[in-house]
Amino acid sequence: MMKRNLWLLAAVIALAVVPLLIHGKDAEFAGSDNQAEQAITALDPSYKPWAAPLWEPPSSEIESLLFALQAAIGAGLLGYYFGRRRGLAEAGGLAEEGSPAKAASNPQDHAAH
Amino acid sequence: MHIMEGYLPASHCIGWAAASAPFVILGLRRIARVVREHPQVKMLLAASGAYVFVLSALKLPSVTGSCSHPTGTGLAASLFGPTVTTVLSAIVLLFQALLLAHGGLTTLGANIFSMGIVGPFVAYGLYRGIQAIGLGTTIAIFTAATLGDLATYVTTSFQLAIAFPDPASGIIGAAAKFLGIFAVTQVPLAISEGLLTVVVWNLLSKYSNGELAVLSNISRKAA
Repeated sequence: MMKRNLWLLAAVIALAVVPLLIHGKDAEFAGSDNQAEQAITALDPSYKPWAAPLWEPPSSEIESLLFALQAAIGAGLLGYYFGRRRGLAEAGGLAEEGSPAKAASNPQDHAAH
Repeated sequence: MHIMEGYLPASHCIGWAAASAPFVILGLRRIARVVREHPQVKMLLAASGAYVFVLSALKLPSVTGSCSHPTGTGLAASLFGPTVTTVLSAIVLLFQALLLAHGGLTTLGANIFSMGIVGPFVAYGLYRGIQAIGLGTTIAIFTAATLGDLATYVTTSFQLAIAFPDPASGIIGAAAKFLGIFAVTQVPLAISEGLLTVVVWNLLSKYSNGELAVLSNISRKAA
């Protein structure tokens, strides 16, 4: 299973790297959301956005900080979850959610209570 | 898939918000019930939300020479059903609207509709359907996550096309333009999301059998 996951992850990395290689310097890699904004202005030049964000990150550094924070919160939680599950599985389910009596060996255990 | 703040006419904002609100309410009630009846899946619910957080923060380059991000909703939709995923998406979209100036409060309803409703319902339907015809869980989860992601971006394209029809070729012409920006860029990213979701699913089926068993019982009664 681990080996298969490594191949899958390698494919994901390839899908991200190939566009960088085939485009080299001729592409801007702008965000599609911003491109859509420009397309709106092209379709209807008279359209004026009628609301503005309450707060905007003051620079692209701060913006990337907040995006990194978003990813870090998510990745941290996922890592905690799988670390905990794996720990429980390796301990044979002995520490199972505060009910040590339910111990071990039956993976369907959860469904019971 | 984020429609920026102020970039939909007010009537559209109200319409999409009204369309999305019932799903958010259904989702909140469903989360309350699932957590009450099966407290042992609480951690997995948090992990599914975390997956949406991570994937929707990853702006990836695409073969079109532009960047976009996956949605991460296929996993939660397959595990917990679509309306639970509506709530998870709404949380992420609110975070991004308030802190990142990505999307917006006026367009929140429209963005919840594409990312939190259409994507998850497509993913959930495919996950259940493909399993029902016996093609196996891996193919089901891959297809669900990939096409759920793509469906979100197709929805955004049509939402914008309805609001900003092309003066010459109408809604169809505008849809073609927006699909060119969103959907084409999204194809490789959607495949990435499908692959990543299979990775997480493999981990779940190794370490979280108990929770998966509980969920496969209750999500038959989902939506």
